[in-house]
Amino acid sequence: MINIIAKLWQSTKLSLLAFFLAVLTGGLLIAFSDPNVLSLWKSPFRFFSEAINVSSKAYAALFQGAIFDINLTKRSFVNGFYPLSETFTIAAPLILAGLSVTLAFRAGLFNIGAQGQFIFGAISASYIGFKFSLPPVIHIVVAIIFAILVAGLWGGLVGLLKSKTGAHEVIVTIMLNYIAAYFLLWILSTNTFLRKGRQDPIAPEVQQNARLPKLFGDSFRVNFAIIIAFLVVILIFILLDRFQFRAAGANSFAAKTAGISVPFVMTTVMFIAGALAGLAGAVQVLGSEYALTAGVAGSFGFDAITVALLGRAKPLGTFLAALLFASLRAGGLTMQASTTTPIDIVLVIQALVILFIAAPSLVKVIFRLKQVNANSDIAAKGWNG
Amino acid sequence: MSVELRGITKSFGTLMANNDINFKVGPGEIHAILGENGAGKSTLMNILYGLIQPDSGEILIDGNIVKIDSPSDALASGIGMVHQHFMLIPVFTVAENVVLGHEKMGRLGVLRLDEAKSIISEISKEFGLEIDPDELIENLSVGLQQRVEVIRALIYKAKILILDEPTAVLTPQETDELLQIMRRLKEQGTSIIFITHKLREVKEVADKITIIRRGSVVGTALPTASQEELANQMVGRPIQSTTNKRLSKSGKPILSIANLNIIDRNGVPLVKNLSLDICASEIVSVAGVQGNGQSELARALLNLEDNCSGSIFIDGKEILGTSVSNSIHSGIAYIPESRELDGLINSFDISENLILDVFNRAPSSNKFFMNKHKIAVLANSLMKEFDIRAQKVSDLVSSLSGGNKQKVVLARELSRSVKVVIASQPTRGLDVGSIEFVHKRLVAERDAGRAVLIFSTELDEVFALSDRIAVMYKGEIIDVVPPNISRQDLGLLMAGIKKVSV
Repeated sequence: MINIIAKLWQSTKLSLLAFFLAVLTGGLLIAFSDPNVLSLWKSPFRFFSEAINVSSKAYAALFQGAIFDINLTKRSFVNGFYPLSETFTIAAPLILAGLSVTLAFRAGLFNIGAQGQFIFGAISASYIGFKFSLPPVIHIVVAIIFAILVAGLWGGLVGLLKSKTGAHEVIVTIMLNYIAAYFLLWILSTNTFLRKGRQDPIAPEVQQNARLPKLFGDSFRVNFAIIIAFLVVILIFILLDRFQFRAAGANSFAAKTAGISVPFVMTTVMFIAGALAGLAGAVQVLGSEYALTAGVAGSFGFDAITVALLGRAKPLGTFLAALLFASLRAGGLTMQASTTTPIDIVLVIQALVILFIAAPSLVKVIFRLKQVNANSDIAAKGWNG
Repeated sequence: MSVELRGITKSFGTLMANNDINFKVGPGEIHAILGENGAGKSTLMNILYGLIQPDSGEILIDGNIVKIDSPSDALASGIGMVHQHFMLIPVFTVAENVVLGHEKMGRLGVLRLDEAKSIISEISKEFGLEIDPDELIENLSVGLQQRVEVIRALIYKAKILILDEPTAVLTPQETDELLQIMRRLKEQGTSIIFITHKLREVKEVADKITIIRRGSVVGTALPTASQEELANQMVGRPIQSTTNKRLSKSGKPILSIANLNIIDRNGVPLVKNLSLDICASEIVSVAGVQGNGQSELARALLNLEDNCSGSIFIDGKEILGTSVSNSIHSGIAYIPESRELDGLINSFDISENLILDVFNRAPSSNKFFMNKHKIAVLANSLMKEFDIRAQKVSDLVSSLSGGNKQKVVLARELSRSVKVVIASQPTRGLDVGSIEFVHKRLVAERDAGRAVLIFSTELDEVFALSDRIAVMYKGEIIDVVPPNISRQDLGLLMAGIKKVSV
């Protein structure tokens, strides 16, 4: 038992400590950006107590907005869980997009392209959703499969280019992200996608049959997407963490010498990675947005990279990291509304997490750890070609 | 100048790397330190060079106790070191590398190399170390790169030169040149500490020999001692330096290479119209100076090379142009030239490395899932059979010594049912004990009826193992000779000079 805990600590300590440091630094920023705190600089005691007061209030509001809000329980106790429902709604696409990056990491590929793949998934799901009338369930399934295929091909293209021509996936995916983003703007201006009577870029709403069912009635936004995300985590965990993927990622020369077809692995992995990000786009459209807009992808594809890094490129870790980030995002809104702290501080915390994860020796020095199982090679792999 | 080490002791955790080591090197003396990999030679030299601080003991130069806290202290005391892995910047020129860290700047901070260049040519002349100071390091052969390292040590007036396994990376010719240079340096009064585990070189060049085993000095010897005596002291048990062989009766050809051509990306031919048959129950060695197409030939047999034409048959079945995995499963065991790069995945554990090319076959795996239990059972039995020294099969391969790494590769490749064994530089960088093991295994494979093809630049190895020797020069097999050919004649053949038969 102690062994298991020790092992768990060993594999998660860098992520946990990095997050802790980020929250701590974030707290300092909250305190020092508050005019009330700064005006008290002459009396150190009050200065510090106010600083602690302000930042803890901000974090309390963050928590309130992410998990449970006592203010919402007036009509019924269950309503207090509205924030948790929001967290899970945001988490679903984030988990799936995060898994996309994670899977590519396992095979030594750095998939920066989750954003573009997400967009193609969203476009495809939206198209099937509003254009066709299909029976319930089937409509959802068809829309999702189409999104997976299109985004998978978009991702697989990267793997194919890399294996055939040596084009680096980081460069290619960054460029493909631009193409996807502008493609989205263009397609929203076409007659097929532009909603009747609208000038702004928004597509028609997907039909009722194509929408993912809500889990706890209409007052909560949380929907079937989170179940899909959870199932995919398990699927990736048992099925797709393939030996040949890891081997090709860890040492492509040895993998090749052992008869593993590295080009095939690259293309397959990038196809699956694209499919996962595309699935994220699909559940975002079918589960919570219902209509394709220019901003449908938000920053999901990029947050996915953060989530995968914080999750140490492990399926389960990515799942937990995505939940955490979703709660930060959901809570950030409440924090902004009820305190003077802007939601941008959430972005700062996210950025700090990356900073600390990317600099394991910094964390090591701060906490005087003997040895951090850095595993940072996994994050740096993408650049080794 | 003379240097003396007294009672040097250094431990890393529970490992005693150096235990009360004493030795003395006189002026103008070549002192060989002989020991297996992991015996503590490098630790000792790193202490002398100031990279590691000893737990106890002292260093005396010309009879005075000195404290060496860093490599710059060592340089100031006249101690220079040429590391096993070169510390050179490939895109810089020879002169730039030599002055690195001690650059002289002219006006506007422009690097001034004239002085360095003249000193380099001075030293070149004095010690016979010819080199073009304007050439880029990346364009130099390994032997010449090493020469740059030597010059770099000499330019700072090193009177005691430490050479850490200098011949491990050299071809036989380059080795001979280096030994010449060492004699020259000695004549000029430089003392040399020569770290190695190659007995022939020690006997050829050393004045005194100190033998280290498991961190302690186990004896000293003179170069007149026989190779057997030295090997026995080094390993601590009797060693048969030439593997016992029976003259085998070879069978029908198993591996046939016919009219094989390989060209590189620029269209330059690497292997030219090469044909060779390797029969059941025979060992054929391909001897040659590195870079004459042997590596490409070996890789082509596994379909790892593009741009090949011709034919490769195994048991009459064409395999060229199929896939790597087809080559493997047609019955080729392949021991690659670079085990670190092509043979093993360092971040994987021993058991995973043992199934690298059979991971998707029974018993490692059924159609969909890998069977962890069966893999562990398999790995444990291989670990025992091949004497892989590690605590458990879940240890990372990166934690193993070179010899044990090679045993992992051997275990994986030879445990499949194979017809042909291809071994490229199978003992490169290994210690005597491991070399003995590898050689025995390869002979055992031959005796079990397999066709064995060995690529080697080590003449000792070629003579010890071969039933036939194919000499490769500039992409062609210029002759196939029996193993009783003289060393000189083989050397000439390797240099492309064919003896005119009378």
